Amino acid sequence: MADRFVVGSELPALALPPLARSTLALYAGGSGDHVPLHIDSVFAQAAGYPDVFMHGMLGMAYVGRLVTTWVRQGQVREFGGRFVAITYPGEVLTARGSVTEVDPNGRARLGLTLVNAQGETKFSGFAVVDPA
Amino acid sequence: MIDRAHIGRTWPGWEVEVEPGRLRLFAKAIGETRPEYTSVAAARAAGYRSILAPVTFAYCLGADDPAGLRYLEEVGIPISRLLHGEEKIVNYEPICAGDRVRVTRRIKDIYSKKNGALDFVVWELAVDDATGGRPLARTETVLVVRNG
Repeated sequence: MADRFVVGSELPALALPPLARSTLALYAGGSGDHVPLHIDSVFAQAAGYPDVFMHGMLGMAYVGRLVTTWVRQGQVREFGGRFVAITYPGEVLTARGSVTEVDPNGRARLGLTLVNAQGETKFSGFAVVDPA
Repeated sequence: MIDRAHIGRTWPGWEVEVEPGRLRLFAKAIGETRPEYTSVAAARAAGYRSILAPVTFAYCLGADDPAGLRYLEEVGIPISRLLHGEEKIVNYEPICAGDRVRVTRRIKDIYSKKNGALDFVVWELAVDDATGGRPLARTETVLVVRNG
């Protein structure tokens, strides 16, 4: 397991289906984030957006799936990043990651991104993972 | 401009039980289909106390605040001008269904960029075991407020 922690190693990419409005409604319910910008297009438009848009944390959860498919969830010590761009319904996202550092104790730092089909970055982040 | 006097402000916090149904709905919403995220039996077979909360779930416990979004109003943040800028989650041990947790909210920092066009509020959430006080997770959330 730990031998996969080689700088430059890539995680198998996670391809997501086109973002559905119903997914935003499910995420609002499951997460408890009921901010109407994500589920009420009238409210979103009144706030100056063309439409409802994805909760940043839904995108981060997709990236979390990428990471915890590659290592056990208990190995993930730290997980963070920046929400770089807004994602609208219909966009097709892919989560990608690679090993960017391995420290002398075998702990790895992963560089993580969530991008759309046009290559626009939505989330740019990192995880610190313990050896298995 | 968000008042910097709020830096260091701490909310009294609340206790909540992590409900299995909520974890199942959360797993469905994020497209997580592995059985330890929805089935008690599968989670126990994998060595967890019960259904496992995904790695970002600790953040969602901040939404269980009995006062809803009042904490934003108290600091003068209008929801319509709010964006999530950054997030960092430190998980000390897995959170599972049935866990009773204590959640506390604090403002770590407030700053501006672009001559005040954007305000940044850095929130910390502490998620601890409600009985023993063991830390389960810490989250750090940077909210961005667009001014004007």
